[in-house]
Amino acid sequence: MAVSVVESVIAVRELRTQFGATVIHDRLDLDIQRGEIVALVGGSGSGKTTLLRAIIMLLQPVAGSIHLFGQEIVGIGQSAAFRLRRRFGMLFQQGALFSSLTVRENVGIPLREHTRLPARRIVEIADLKIALAGLPADAGDKLPRQLSGGMLKRAALARALALDPALLFLDEPTAGLDPVSAGAFDELVVQLKHSLGLTVVMVTHDLDTLWSATDRVAFLGEQRVIGYASMRELTQAEHPLIRAYFEGPRGRAAREQVCTAK
Amino acid sequence: MNPPTAAVIRHESGVWRCEGDWTLDGVEALDRQRPNIHWPVSGEVRLDGSGIRAIDTTGALELLSFIAELEKVSHPVQLIGLHEQHQALLDLVCERLALAGSVTAPPPSLNRLERLGQWVVFHTVHVADFMAFIGEATVALGRLALQPGRFRWRALLGNLETAGVNALPIIALLAFMMGIVIAYQGGQQLKTYGANIFIVELVSLTMLRELAPLITAIIVAGRTGSAYTAQIGTMQVTEEVDALRTIGIPPMDLLVLPKLLALIIALPLLTVFADVLSVFGGMVMARALLEVSFSDFLDRFPQVVTPISFLLGVGKAPVFAAIIALVGCYQGFQVRGGADSVGRQTTVSVVQSIFLVIAADALFSVALGGVGLWR
Ligand SMILES: Nc1ncnc2c1ncn2[C@@H]1O[C@H](COP(=O)(O)OP(=O)(O)OP(=O)(O)O)[C@@H](O)[C@H]1O
Ligand SMILES: [Mg+2]
Repeated sequence: MAVSVVESVIAVRELRTQFGATVIHDRLDLDIQRGEIVALVGGSGSGKTTLLRAIIMLLQPVAGSIHLFGQEIVGIGQSAAFRLRRRFGMLFQQGALFSSLTVRENVGIPLREHTRLPARRIVEIADLKIALAGLPADAGDKLPRQLSGGMLKRAALARALALDPALLFLDEPTAGLDPVSAGAFDELVVQLKHSLGLTVVMVTHDLDTLWSATDRVAFLGEQRVIGYASMRELTQAEHPLIRAYFEGPRGRAAREQVCTAK
Repeated sequence: MNPPTAAVIRHESGVWRCEGDWTLDGVEALDRQRPNIHWPVSGEVRLDGSGIRAIDTTGALELLSFIAELEKVSHPVQLIGLHEQHQALLDLVCERLALAGSVTAPPPSLNRLERLGQWVVFHTVHVADFMAFIGEATVALGRLALQPGRFRWRALLGNLETAGVNALPIIALLAFMMGIVIAYQGGQQLKTYGANIFIVELVSLTMLRELAPLITAIIVAGRTGSAYTAQIGTMQVTEEVDALRTIGIPPMDLLVLPKLLALIIALPLLTVFADVLSVFGGMVMARALLEVSFSDFLDRFPQVVTPISFLLGVGKAPVFAAIIALVGCYQGFQVRGGADSVGRQTTVSVVQSIFLVIAADALFSVALGGVGLWR
């Protein structure tokens, strides 16, 4: 494979995070290139969400460095952080929509904070994002508590997409979606990647998503990335943790489905 | 990454060229340019998208809105030269917008009479609900009396500590200062008549009968009643209350009764404590301002303060406690939705419980005056 100099959007080096005395990551390295869809997988509690939180500057690592768009974010200043936040969107595992605001207002918040567009335009753009995320138009007027679990996920996605970010973080985006919507979701992510050059980092346990939407998959275990390759290669890996993860009946079924489809 | 350039539309040899970055940053400029674009009066408009450097979904929306605007004034529009990727994005946006459909008109807003009606119904229902809640709590209390083994002692003790023991410092401070203030204000008047010694009646009776129970109840309403609402409200938001019900633990038993009983025990004790501290505050002031020594004060105290005055003050406390605990818990269960609702109900809880405490106090004064107990 030719070594090409591709712009690294995310470069994590020697990362160490811990809660109290519990070490979550130790000497973790991870590189994500522009235009890639990368999935983070691993058992529950292996630190996927924690890694995302460290990358998006919600959690201060104990040691190591993280470069986001080529900029060091460990110990970054306030204003530099604000400018960086403009360039990525995050879909939280629990949605994290603001409960007192309608879906449309939720989606409009990043726009109001980061641009000087007039209110009317913000509403138009918010409605577009709501439609892109696959919600019906009248969902915009609803409050988060009036939505179903799957609709919440999509509203949260609409907010993550609000600023047309170059980098999108998704924490279990398809959990709680029906299979049809989950499929549509994968398709949307791939389409956005192709037409916007979007880089996507997602945590997912959805094997269908892993097979159909990702370019590379990073497997977290033993506090590090123990496998980082395309899905096809990763499922051939020798590491016992990875084998255990993909060799279960579900893992095999998903792979067979992909192989017969080819 | 190159700095974004503004999106523009230029008219050049019969075609309208779209250029620059049609992105969120770029379209702000286009919005300003919009009124200055003079479209031809009739005929086909050819939009050339080959000059577009980058496009995102906001830019695609902008482009679509131009096309829609032109087609509305019956210009056929031809979009040419768009890069393949940009076209794909435009198609995606078109498709998703069509899928989402259009917004249905919101229901017409209510007129004044309808709003008044809604307000009345809302509050009537609330009063009825609160009555039902008190009823439920009473039934649960009765059930408890029949099966005392099921009572949650641990929760009761925990509540006694947070609502009672932990409130001691703030109540001590405020009661002491209340005593000082009353003695000071009253003392100024008594001094002019040379009736210094009557400071004992003034401080002791006002404090024991009225002020100590009242301020203790108000502090506890602000401190503990609000905490009850916030705790139950948050549990309501995270569906913990539903989980309790599903497991078969009545929320009444676990969340309300221990709080209610804890406060009914703690508030009279806190009131006695406030009695002592506020009279002490009065004593300090009497000595400093009116030359009434501690021993003079304490000599006169048992002569003017009958046990009945003391008991009347402390006797009100359990009633206040019940009001605070019931309102606090009830408002907690009224939380719907999320964080903002918790905040709103907490405010309502504090305001209502303080209001009801003062109203109950007024009722006590009138009723006890009626039966001649008020001296
Ligand atoms: N705020 C916290 N305080 C203490 N420990 C925490 C905290 N947040 C997470 N942890 C611990 O860190 C570990 C990793 O948690 P994390 O949420 O990153 O897991 P995950 O890989 O996202 O799991 P899942 O797939 O279940 O979402 C877990 O063992 C968890 O107990
Ligand atoms: Mg997680």
